[in-house]
Amino acid sequence: MLAYIIQRVAQSALVLLVVGLVAFSMFRFVGDPIDNMLGQERTQADIERLRVVLGLDQPFVVQYYKFLNGAVQGNFGVSYRQGRPVSDILMERAPATLELAAVSGFLAISIGIGLGVFTAIRRNGFAANAIMSVSLIGVSLPTFLIGILLIYLFSVELGWLPSFGRGETVNIGGWSTGFLTETGLKALILPSITLGLYQMTLIMRLVRSEMLEVLRQDYIRFARARGLRERAVNFRHALKNTLVPVITVTGLQLGSIIAFAIITETVFQWPGVGLLFINAIQFVDIPVMAAYLMLISVMFVGINLIVDLLYFAIDPRLRVDRTGGH
Amino acid sequence: MTTPILSIRDLTVDIPTRHGILRPVSGVSYDIAAGEILGVVGESGAGKSMAGNAVIGLLNPPAHISAGEIHLNGKRIDHLQRDQMRRLRGKEIGMVFQDPLTSLNPLLKIGDQLTETMLAHLDITAQEARKRAIAALEEVGIPGAAERVDSYPHEFSGGMRQRVVIALALCAEPSLVIADEPTTALDVSVQAQIIALLKKLCRERGTAVMLITHDMGVIAEAADRVAVMYAGKLVELGPVRDVLTTPLHPYTDGLMGSTPLASRGKDRLHQIPGAMPRLDALPQGCAFHPRCPKAQDQCRHDPAPRIEDGAGRAACFFPLAREEVA
Repeated sequence: MLAYIIQRVAQSALVLLVVGLVAFSMFRFVGDPIDNMLGQERTQADIERLRVVLGLDQPFVVQYYKFLNGAVQGNFGVSYRQGRPVSDILMERAPATLELAAVSGFLAISIGIGLGVFTAIRRNGFAANAIMSVSLIGVSLPTFLIGILLIYLFSVELGWLPSFGRGETVNIGGWSTGFLTETGLKALILPSITLGLYQMTLIMRLVRSEMLEVLRQDYIRFARARGLRERAVNFRHALKNTLVPVITVTGLQLGSIIAFAIITETVFQWPGVGLLFINAIQFVDIPVMAAYLMLISVMFVGINLIVDLLYFAIDPRLRVDRTGGH
Repeated sequence: MTTPILSIRDLTVDIPTRHGILRPVSGVSYDIAAGEILGVVGESGAGKSMAGNAVIGLLNPPAHISAGEIHLNGKRIDHLQRDQMRRLRGKEIGMVFQDPLTSLNPLLKIGDQLTETMLAHLDITAQEARKRAIAALEEVGIPGAAERVDSYPHEFSGGMRQRVVIALALCAEPSLVIADEPTTALDVSVQAQIIALLKKLCRERGTAVMLITHDMGVIAEAADRVAVMYAGKLVELGPVRDVLTTPLHPYTDGLMGSTPLASRGKDRLHQIPGAMPRLDALPQGCAFHPRCPKAQDQCRHDPAPRIEDGAGRAACFFPLAREEVA
């Protein structure tokens, strides 16, 4: 198992290296930042000076090496637009996105699994069929539209919840959190529902279909024949057996919650890294874009690694180093 | 005469479908006494498993008991509430399924599956349950039971797993065990061991056994009495020796003729012409008449009468005389 972990970590490092190359090549091939930074009133000398300051005069390989070296230490250079270190800007923005993603992910997983189990157990019931029909909305409506509809209903018409921003935040050791104030919590509700709805319905439908499959298995019948309680049969025996495929998809979906927070953050003007990224694209702020790309890929790779290890925790058949006797 | 453990009277199971009602079990009656093994034989679809499932209350809806009574230890059990029936399963009626590879939950240690069954039915502590789990495994002949109790199902071979399944079925000391094709999925070399084990445990404890199989070898080896089913009806019931050597019903005779026996030499095996009718196309009169060599007009119009002969009985107009076969 240790060999497997080492192998997976090495693969992850390779993936990050490739993403790093893609991120870095943006510096070379996407527009010329100097144009944007200096504006109309510039001399050739200004351009040359800035080129040297930013290190853009050096050979490709040297620049790549410097980029990687910096990236490993969390140093992604200076934002072309704001003139401040990218890592500082990211650190400011990351808590907003991570808190939003965490709440969305929690909602998606807990409600998704709960409803999935419910609709599988009561598969011909009225409530289950109603939930399944409504869930089609979550799967088929685009995120931005859901966000705008929610804003229209709860902010414009009912006036219960704010339509944009994070509300008041409390700063704890450099981490600005919205969990501790009433306005902060209120502001979280609409964006997190918007962001998590698709994942929630996806997880729900997946859990339902996996669960229906498992409930047909012999060992479920045998568990019933042994007189176990319905709750034990459904949760201890059936749900656990549905989890391996569910974890795979859920892991990837959590990654995309963070990655696709861009849309939700734009709709709700949420001051997170997604909004930062959108603004960076408009200004060809390549260091910010590159750092964002790296950040997202680290999260994806990390989540995937955790998912792979969770398989071992759940399914004993994968722990191959334990010898089976007869 | 003492009360039999299981007593089935005119048991009928119906499956309502869009095209009418199917009747996989039709007016079946038999008793099983304590310590007795009743073999239930018949072709696939004859209703043998369906009758077993009806007894343990695990008919898959929409199949249901539409007529008749089931008594266990003198108490009627076919109209019990769901939760009362659940308490009975495992505690009073144990069940062994066909395929040991699929009837154990792959994600739970076998010890946990044993203890959860005992804790669901017996008023004992978790430590006591674990102690009994180890004893139960020893009893079914699992070597090194104290260590193997913490193994997962995939760490056992098929024969060993069926031993675990038997331990699970017997762990709450039920008075009746329904073994549904317990050896069909096993290697021939292991089959005899499993049958011997089942027989030994039930004799020791005075457990009644309903042994459902289509294997005449298994019947000859284990059963005290045999019930032969055809198209949902009980066509013959009697002591194993009588049924195997001097059957009353032409179908039983055909069934015996198509079983290879060492004593019969290398003659071609007899075969019953045709196939068992589908449940939605049962012929009028005796269901066996299209395939029966002795069928007369009467058989084509009227249901076969019940005839008794010593300890045996059959449903036939023209039973084979005992002398005729001998």
